[in-house]
Amino acid sequence: MERIPILKLGEFLLVSIQVDMHDQLAISLQDDLTAKIVATSAKGVLIDISALDIVDSFIGRMLGNIAGMSRILDAETVVVGMQPSVAITLVELGLSLPGIRTAFNIDRGMDLLRDSVAERQENQRVLNEPD
Amino acid sequence: MSSTNPTSLPITSQEDIVVVRQAVRKAAVGAGLNLVDQTKIVTAASELARNALVHGGGGNVSIEHINEWERRGIRLSFIDQGPGIRDIEQALKDGYSTGTGLGLGLGGAKRLSNDFSIWSEPGNGTRVTITRWKS
Repeated sequence: MERIPILKLGEFLLVSIQVDMHDQLAISLQDDLTAKIVATSAKGVLIDISALDIVDSFIGRMLGNIAGMSRILDAETVVVGMQPSVAITLVELGLSLPGIRTAFNIDRGMDLLRDSVAERQENQRVLNEPD
Repeated sequence: MSSTNPTSLPITSQEDIVVVRQAVRKAAVGAGLNLVDQTKIVTAASELARNALVHGGGGNVSIEHINEWERRGIRLSFIDQGPGIRDIEQALKDGYSTGTGLGLGLGGAKRLSNDFSIWSEPGNGTRVTITRWKS
């Protein structure tokens, strides 16, 4: 069966969607990513959508589900590379992608993930410090 | 006013939605729509094709180029023989859904189109026609 590959890079998972996904493929990606976050204890997920020339409400919902589920599993999600025409269309469609962090490209997305992981570790350290 | 012979495509599976998107993209490029307008009509087509499949139990779409006075564009008609929509006004509201979606399909497709018309009769199916003009 057709699958979108998920790559592990250190404590992060990387996904680059390069095909025009039918709905079941989007659902599989959501399920696969959730399982992989658990299996690898990943701290972050980066999803590159620069090759997608549309994001409709179904794919938008999938991205939101991934962000929501990864948050529950203690991982951050960043969506990178959205084409400007896709962004314009999404807003008009009525999708504002609440709860999804976005970045311009993969480099900035990785920076964002690293920063948020460092910040969380710092918060943990302060919380665990004896008075 | 002139229009080409419409192309008709079936919508009976999820893969067909992808085929419809690609055919609408090709038609939009052919009609000279810019990238943003192409993206809007392809996204609207994706929503309406999914509606025809999920709510209408499948159907078809016809895609045609329109040349009307000084205007050029593409027109899409989505037709299904499903249960129809009882309350169209309600169905056009954002967030209203009888399925598992976000309820943005119909209202969103309307916003992404220049012209939008809908006909539906309970028990007799639904037809949604949208047009996007070259800007």
